[in-house]
Amino acid sequence: MSLRRALRAYPTLLRIGLAEAVAYRAEFLVWMLSMTMPLVMLALMKTMADEAPVGRFTAATFVSYYLATLIVRQMSGAWVVWELIREIREGTLALRLLRPIHPLLGHSADSLAALPMRALVSLPVAVILLVTTGGSRVSHDPVVLACFVASLFGAWLLNFAVSAMIGTLGLYLESSISIWELWLGCFMLFSGYLLPLELFPHWLERLARVLPFAYLQAVPVEMLTGLHTRASALRALAWQWTYAAAAVTAMLLLWRRAVKRFAAYGG
Amino acid sequence: MMRYVRLLGVQLRASFQLAMQYRVDFLVGGTMSLFWLTWNLLPMVILWRSRPAIAGWTFPEALLVAAWFTLLRGLLEGAVQPSLIAVVEHIRKGTLDFVLLKPADAQFLISTSKFEPWRALDALGACGMMWYALHALGRSPRPMHFAMALALTVASAALLYALAILVVSAAFWVVRLDNLIYLFNSVFDAGRWPAAVFRGAWRLLFTFVIPLALMTTYPAEALLGRLAPSTLGLALGGAALFTLAARLVWLRAIGHYTSASS
Repeated sequence: MSLRRALRAYPTLLRIGLAEAVAYRAEFLVWMLSMTMPLVMLALMKTMADEAPVGRFTAATFVSYYLATLIVRQMSGAWVVWELIREIREGTLALRLLRPIHPLLGHSADSLAALPMRALVSLPVAVILLVTTGGSRVSHDPVVLACFVASLFGAWLLNFAVSAMIGTLGLYLESSISIWELWLGCFMLFSGYLLPLELFPHWLERLARVLPFAYLQAVPVEMLTGLHTRASALRALAWQWTYAAAAVTAMLLLWRRAVKRFAAYGG
Repeated sequence: MMRYVRLLGVQLRASFQLAMQYRVDFLVGGTMSLFWLTWNLLPMVILWRSRPAIAGWTFPEALLVAAWFTLLRGLLEGAVQPSLIAVVEHIRKGTLDFVLLKPADAQFLISTSKFEPWRALDALGACGMMWYALHALGRSPRPMHFAMALALTVASAALLYALAILVVSAAFWVVRLDNLIYLFNSVFDAGRWPAAVFRGAWRLLFTFVIPLALMTTYPAEALLGRLAPSTLGLALGGAALFTLAARLVWLRAIGHYTSASS
């Protein structure tokens, strides 16, 4: 089976991906900088909390919440949709299809390989988080922290699968990017990226907790900032991985059907 | 001068015809921008639900700021960015030659090359928001304040355009620019909140470096009759200075252009 071959090739793919990320470091930095939304929201919420605490959130809680949000977003984001759509439009997908490895597996290596670079950006944020809060706002339970690390990977997997799926839809639709924008819009609101879910009206929070978006941001963030008990962390992790597995399965099925529609025009 | 007005008319007509060609896109785009309009207000509604005022701004007042933000974003994404993104393609492929060769100012030709007419709906939505906010406040602005807000709106449009030109000028040095535009948009997004909610370094950044406060908060304050005339003068002067600087940078940047063809 080609799976073993793929696994053997994977470390090399990761190395290539890392080299690419390092080569385009200026772009990479700009891309990272554009994720400043949590900092803007932090400034806003801090002002609000200084006037009076918001629910059970004080200024310090907000600092830890949004810094954790920044870390989670950096460490679990995936933007394969742009690459896929470009490859479909320009026909360069043909080159990927020629390789003896699943194209999406290749893309996943590209996405994962950028992690060390992203960690470089998140590391200072993490240090600031620890210093400013004196470590008191970070979970101390090793089980919850292990859940956090696992949930980062789960969030990446879910992000990647959805991103790849919407990119693959580009083989059916002319403007699948608007679907991606729709997804992003829902993500911003329902994932806790802009506002902690706790601040929502009760019925909206209940809805957000059921949707997959919360498992991309809110769940890992709440694990890191110690808002989860052991039991609830494990339960949330199980749900997240269920979502991720379902998304990966759907992605693979869709890809198998959609790729037959691909046509490259060469000279 | 008349020639440029006529040219603008031609370019506008071409963009409109192009947009009308894709009627489904037109409808979908219009519906989507109305959808985003309401969607983007949700965080505001959630936050102001818990208390009457944040940093001294009540909900209708903050809604005015958001209205100006919506108006400017519509302008940015409908009139400024579509054509400037094309510059990046031109630089990458070396086809900017064809624009430079034409017997009209290159910056003008480039800036007017593409519009997205359905973005006008954003302006309509912004007017709706302003109307609702003023209605909720239970007052109508005095003509004087209205004129001030109008002057500031023109100044902010010029500022926005100048900032976009500055970003695009960077494309002559840094080739991959889609990232920079993305960065610009994500920073601009902070303009939906009244500037008073930002403190310290953020306030300085958003007032002087990236004058978001001037673009969205000042017009709202002017309409509310809270803006001092001296601030208005400073804002207008600053906007003029920024626009001039952008023009100079563009001229320098274009000197850096090396054709990629032949």
